[in-house]
Amino acid sequence: MGIGTGTAAEAGIRLTEISLAYGEGRERRQVLQGISLDLPPDDFVCVLGPSGCGKSSLLHMIAGYLQPTEGTVSINGVPHRKPDPQVGVVFQHDNLFPWLTISGNVAFGLRMAGIPKKERKRRTADYLSLVGLDAAASLLPHQLSGGMKQRAALARTLAAQPSIVLMDEPFSALDALTRETMQQHLIGIWQRTRTCIFFITHDVDEALLLGRRILVMQAGSGRFVEDFANPLCQAESGLPLHELRAAKDYIPLRQRLLQSIVRDRTTT
Amino acid sequence: MNPLFLPSPAEVWSAFGDIARQGYKGSTLPGHIGASLRRIAIAMAFVFVTAVPLGIVCGRSRWVRAVFDPIIEFYRPLPPLAYYSLLVLWFGIGDTSKVVLLFLSGFAPMFIAAVYSARRIPVDRINGARTLGANGLKLYAFVVFPSCLPDLLTGLRTSVGVTYATLVAAEMVAAISGIGWVVLDASKYLRIDIIYAVIIIMGIIAILIDSAIRLLIRRVSPWIEH
Repeated sequence: MGIGTGTAAEAGIRLTEISLAYGEGRERRQVLQGISLDLPPDDFVCVLGPSGCGKSSLLHMIAGYLQPTEGTVSINGVPHRKPDPQVGVVFQHDNLFPWLTISGNVAFGLRMAGIPKKERKRRTADYLSLVGLDAAASLLPHQLSGGMKQRAALARTLAAQPSIVLMDEPFSALDALTRETMQQHLIGIWQRTRTCIFFITHDVDEALLLGRRILVMQAGSGRFVEDFANPLCQAESGLPLHELRAAKDYIPLRQRLLQSIVRDRTTT
Repeated sequence: MNPLFLPSPAEVWSAFGDIARQGYKGSTLPGHIGASLRRIAIAMAFVFVTAVPLGIVCGRSRWVRAVFDPIIEFYRPLPPLAYYSLLVLWFGIGDTSKVVLLFLSGFAPMFIAAVYSARRIPVDRINGARTLGANGLKLYAFVVFPSCLPDLLTGLRTSVGVTYATLVAAEMVAAISGIGWVVLDASKYLRIDIIYAVIIIMGIIAILIDSAIRLLIRRVSPWIEH
């Protein structure tokens, strides 16, 4: 089983014994310890945790922005240490290039990859229509609403055709109504593209709606305290939002997750 | 009132009419203005191509900044006239020493703006760009430079202003053209009317240059509130 043979066991993202610590000596603070995780190529995984639990650091390590103190990240069996187009990232704030039009932003990754203009135009148009922004193609980012900007950011990330899309609380800066619309959009996009999504959130309802698999982190625990397949996620159950929230398992599950993310805070 | 202190508007107007029609000592008025603007333009072009790359690199790297910052901080507060005679010794009494003086006065504010603009780029923007495949020079050309551009143009405004303010000093020695020189020469002969007329012309030119740059800033960065 050599490198790059891409056997079934190696397909997707694999984290092996990832640890992260800051500082030296007495000041040393262990943020993450011994995290191992397999992410199949087409899954939708939600990482749920309170702020400061290290979930963003984990995302930064998968993206290659941050090096783990120990352990490795590999994609299809190949170690991944530097940011590259295989791992797409959608940030909390849209992070679009303000001097480029929306289509210029979406085409950015394709331009960097040296894809010919004709092909670039076609693919840009495809991804713009995937996120429903055909009409905004020639606008500049500052002319768009917050939700539209995040859709453009998602289109830009998907257009580079990454193996995985990391999303760092992408909807947390949006108002509640826009957030719900965006969640519905994202589910639809995932169902059409089946690109692996690694979604970070501190919102239990968001995790329950989106994640086929939910990983839970506690503040200070530095590892996952729960890892389960979510029977309620909309992509699986197909239930509309109001029915989903009214399902009989919903409240107990929500309660349990809330408790497990705050447990640590109440005991310390 | 003694017209030596404050000439009447009519006198200033007629002095303006005289130099506009007949020029001033060998050159036409547009000739003098052109000579000055040419010196400023050459100096600013050199400022932009040197201070911007150096400033951006200093803004992105603490080590490079540690090398250049002390040098620039040392010469920046020096009055240009203090070292002008050195420049004349090194570069001769022709146009070169004048352009170098203007260059040195414009360099520091442009450099400082470039350092600041590069340090202000959000980390997420750089990270996001690297994820999309922008590395090395591509990162600088397609992300860092456009990110800095609005701040660079604001820096250019300051820099042109400082350079313009140094113009009279630059045209003090061995010049026979330039509006700075016209003012100096007129003051030797106490032609107060001409001094006023040229000062008004200088003010108007400065406003025009500044408006042009501001227009450019609005065109280049429409997303920034002005």
